Amino acid sequence: MTTNHQAGPAAATAVELTKIYGSGDTQVTALGGVDVEFAAGNFTAIMGPSGSGKSTLMHCMAALDAPTSGKVYIGDIELSSLNDKALTRTRRDRLGFIFQAFNLVPTLTAKENITLPLDIAGKDVDQEWFDTVINTVGLADRLRHKPNELSGGQQQRVACARALVSKPDIIFADEPTGNLDSRSGAEILAFLRSSVRELGQTIVMVTHDPGAAAYADRVLFLADGQIVDEMLDPTAEKVLERMKNFDAVGQVS
Amino acid sequence: MLKATLKSLAARKLRLGMSAFAIVIGVAFVVGSYVFTDTLNRTFDDIFGDLSSDVVVRPATPEGQESWATLAGAGSSTTVPADLVQQIDALPEVASADGEIEDSSVFVLDKDGDVVGVAGAPGVAVNWYEEPVREGEERVLQLIDGRAPERSGEIAVDDQTIETTGYQIGDEIPLVTLGEQPRISAELVGVTRFGESGSLAGASLVAFDTGTAQELFLDGENAFNGVSVRAAEGVDAEELRDTVGSLLPDGLEAMTGDDVDEETSSAVEEGLGFFNTFLLIFAAIALFVGVFLILNTFSILVAQRSQEMALFRALGASRRQVTRSVLVEAFVVGIVGATLGLLLGLGVALGLQAIFAAFGMDFGGGLVLQPRTVIVAYVVGVLVTMVAAFVPARRASRVPPVAAMRDDVVLPDSSRRTHVLLGGILAVGGAASMAAGLLEIAPSAAVFVGVGIVAVFIGVALLAPIISVPIIRVIAGWYPKTFGTVGRLARENALRNPRRTAATASALMIGLALVSAIAVVGASANKSIEQALDDGLEAEFVMASASGQPFSPAVAEQARQTGGVATVASMRGSFAVIDGSQSYLSAIDPETFGQATELSMVEGSADLASGGAIVGDDTADSDDLAVGDTINADLGSGIEEIQIVGIYDAGNPLLGGYVVGLQTLQDLGITPADSTVYVTAESGADLGQVQADLEAATSELPMVTVQNQEEYKDSQRDEVNQLLYIVYALLGLGIIIAILGIVNTLALSVMERTREVGLLRAVGLSRRQLRTTIRLESVAIAVLGAVLGVGLGLVFGISLQRAVSDDGLDALSVPVGQLVVFILLAAAVGVLAAAWPARRAAKLDVLRAINTE
Repeated sequence: MTTNHQAGPAAATAVELTKIYGSGDTQVTALGGVDVEFAAGNFTAIMGPSGSGKSTLMHCMAALDAPTSGKVYIGDIELSSLNDKALTRTRRDRLGFIFQAFNLVPTLTAKENITLPLDIAGKDVDQEWFDTVINTVGLADRLRHKPNELSGGQQQRVACARALVSKPDIIFADEPTGNLDSRSGAEILAFLRSSVRELGQTIVMVTHDPGAAAYADRVLFLADGQIVDEMLDPTAEKVLERMKNFDAVGQVS
Repeated sequence: MLKATLKSLAARKLRLGMSAFAIVIGVAFVVGSYVFTDTLNRTFDDIFGDLSSDVVVRPATPEGQESWATLAGAGSSTTVPADLVQQIDALPEVASADGEIEDSSVFVLDKDGDVVGVAGAPGVAVNWYEEPVREGEERVLQLIDGRAPERSGEIAVDDQTIETTGYQIGDEIPLVTLGEQPRISAELVGVTRFGESGSLAGASLVAFDTGTAQELFLDGENAFNGVSVRAAEGVDAEELRDTVGSLLPDGLEAMTGDDVDEETSSAVEEGLGFFNTFLLIFAAIALFVGVFLILNTFSILVAQRSQEMALFRALGASRRQVTRSVLVEAFVVGIVGATLGLLLGLGVALGLQAIFAAFGMDFGGGLVLQPRTVIVAYVVGVLVTMVAAFVPARRASRVPPVAAMRDDVVLPDSSRRTHVLLGGILAVGGAASMAAGLLEIAPSAAVFVGVGIVAVFIGVALLAPIISVPIIRVIAGWYPKTFGTVGRLARENALRNPRRTAATASALMIGLALVSAIAVVGASANKSIEQALDDGLEAEFVMASASGQPFSPAVAEQARQTGGVATVASMRGSFAVIDGSQSYLSAIDPETFGQATELSMVEGSADLASGGAIVGDDTADSDDLAVGDTINADLGSGIEEIQIVGIYDAGNPLLGGYVVGLQTLQDLGITPADSTVYVTAESGADLGQVQADLEAATSELPMVTVQNQEEYKDSQRDEVNQLLYIVYALLGLGIIIAILGIVNTLALSVMERTREVGLLRAVGLSRRQLRTTIRLESVAIAVLGAVLGVGLGLVFGISLQRAVSDDGLDALSVPVGQLVVFILLAAAVGVLAAAWPARRAAKLDVLRAINTE
């Protein structure tokens, strides 16, 4: 299924991406030959029922997991040809991450957490860009706090700032609002969308919340390891409708 | 609840293994010491167990002493005349009576001219006699090859010595004796075997014919050192003893063989008891360090399982049940640890046996495992583990049930104030107890010092979580600057749980505190000796035998005739019972000795020619003696009164205790033999040439060495250092346990931080950077332990030196270089300890790590 409807070059591409867990009787096909492109400057949500392979797709795209076969490109770098060292460097220099929980190193302050990827790389922090990001996420007065002194929403905003500050080619977010109340969640999602619209960031987000998916420019639907549908300019209602449809299909099959 | 505990324990074998490890090591050392000394005892029992014939006649034991056997190296000068032996032999109750001659300083030289046998072990010589043997019995000393020595110039030697030297029957064998002709030789005509195993524990045994033995050891007198009597058919040993006893003059006694054997083995056991105590002290240190490791391990494990505990509590388990579940776990760990420790302990004993065998002391036969050893192993193993687990267990029971529902559980901590208070009290109280012990105010010095040290350790360990924070900030302060984020992470990790860091470091602290204290004492001892010798030793050369055995006065005579030699001062001595207690009586010629060292008198004069004695001012003080008093000395031929004619300054490095003139010692019945000879050169003599000439003069006697002042100082230092190295090696065990403690803590901490590790790796931390982070954290912990340990060790060492400064340890020396090396070594240890946890962490799968619960 070809899915490149967007303008601009692809920030990440998957070709014939297959991931099989186990072997023999216990073999499970998590991804069965997925082709997908994520255009630069675009906010994509990946949705699908549990076990559909949406997390696996993201992990393979994000150089966190190795595919069984097929290729993954970040820009023009092909990941399967890289060793662990190069993969680590790719993650550090070109990718950003926001996880559902436990995004921050508890011993470091908010500021140290935000600059962590740059510090690890030994790169200088672009102070102007840093200030821009901090002001956008509204953390200016919280920089010296340790994670346990921040609320859940504030912690996720620190995580977002960390993902943004190194200007990665693409940010992967795994259920970033899964642990938050709806108001904090909405703040984070609005912030992610504005970073795409205003700062030109590329974001891929896995979620099972139709409301969260509605913030994206485009929604990909996965089922049984295949991309089965996509939706542009989604609304929560449209996505929910589509998902209900899934459940029905799932119940029938 | 019990089932749940055991299941959770079985599910975590690694956890079980780690916490059991300390117990295994500690118990292994306890078991090793017991098994080894039991085996040693058995060997000596074999050697001495059934040596004597039915009744033995020997010089009477001095008044108030259990036996001569307890006086190491002592012998009596009372002899048994030959006609008395014949008289005994003629008794109707006696089957045979044989005169025995025994000497302990006839050394066999091997083909290279070196002394055979373990350094310090006696060179035993006996007279050979035929004795009738009852059916079913064997002689203790059997002839297994050749024939018995029959005339002067013939000897029989034990088979072990023959085996090591490779001599054959018919060979001319060189021997060293104390006689006027220090070096003789004799033809080997027979080979003997001592006892069943042939083991002499490192000694050699030469048999002469009776005439030659009398010539060599009794100045040709037709007499013996003792008589071995065998009873006629149907005569009871005790009855025979009484009959024989009635014939004996004063100064001789008759004893049954069984009593003599009993006496000998109990004396040997007493001697070995020291060794056992020594090993057990180190086992106790190992266990004490182990307690910290176990305490720490259980604390971390309880913290990690707090959610599981909270779940139990939420499901209705009482606090008591939670406590019990941790204690049950400790019990199981204790049992497993004690069992493995028992097995490892047997290995330790085998190792010790092998080490001794390598030095020529072969204790053949299997190991002795007494039920007592097994019981001690389990009691110690289980008890120590349960005690160490008690604190974490109580903490575990305080986990609130609500913690089960929360992600970030913080265990309730006992208040800091309690810790500081308790730690402070223990540290100060311990210090006071130590001081009381060291200043000998307290009734039992050793107990007070020991308890004091333990209290100080526990006190400092309790205070450590607070004092460690600023120390770590200093130790790891340079990390961020040098290593960037990796350094900052390492520093923060070392600081994030001060209690854990401190407990881990405390284990290392204990080992290093003891090592540092001993280093300070050792350096002070060396410096004191050196200063004393610098001030007190005026003789240019010192001649002594390497093994400490006395040697023939002919050596001094030869030295006297060497060109360039001004004076030669002999020093002799003997063990003696003085005023009812075991002591050592030295003998000098004040004239010549005064040339070798400055003999300054505090009171009276050093005129020993009239048969008087001088004592050191320290002995005079402790024994309440003044010039004109008399002492009662018994050197084996009855009590002699000796008058004190002077009191000398005990600061003299060459002299100590009671001293008489050379002639007096000889009059007391001691064969002249020098223990040390001090040689002063004529002024202007070529010292190198004199030394070479002296060496040439003693070339016949390989055991006697000639040392100039520097060499002599070196050899004195070597003696101190050798002792230090043995203690270091044993304390090394405690340090190994401490290293394992660091490994353990790091591994468990890394496990605890799995998700964090995953996150760091996801955002781009390389494996190498991750390993560096863990390594730096480890170094910070190790150096913290080293700093605390060296600090405490300095305090211990200096106060110890101060306490005994009157007893010869008057110079304080702090081996700064050595202490710095200890800290650097600790840093290296940190890197080493981190190797495995770091590798484990680096191997973690990023994705799985992030998703760990």
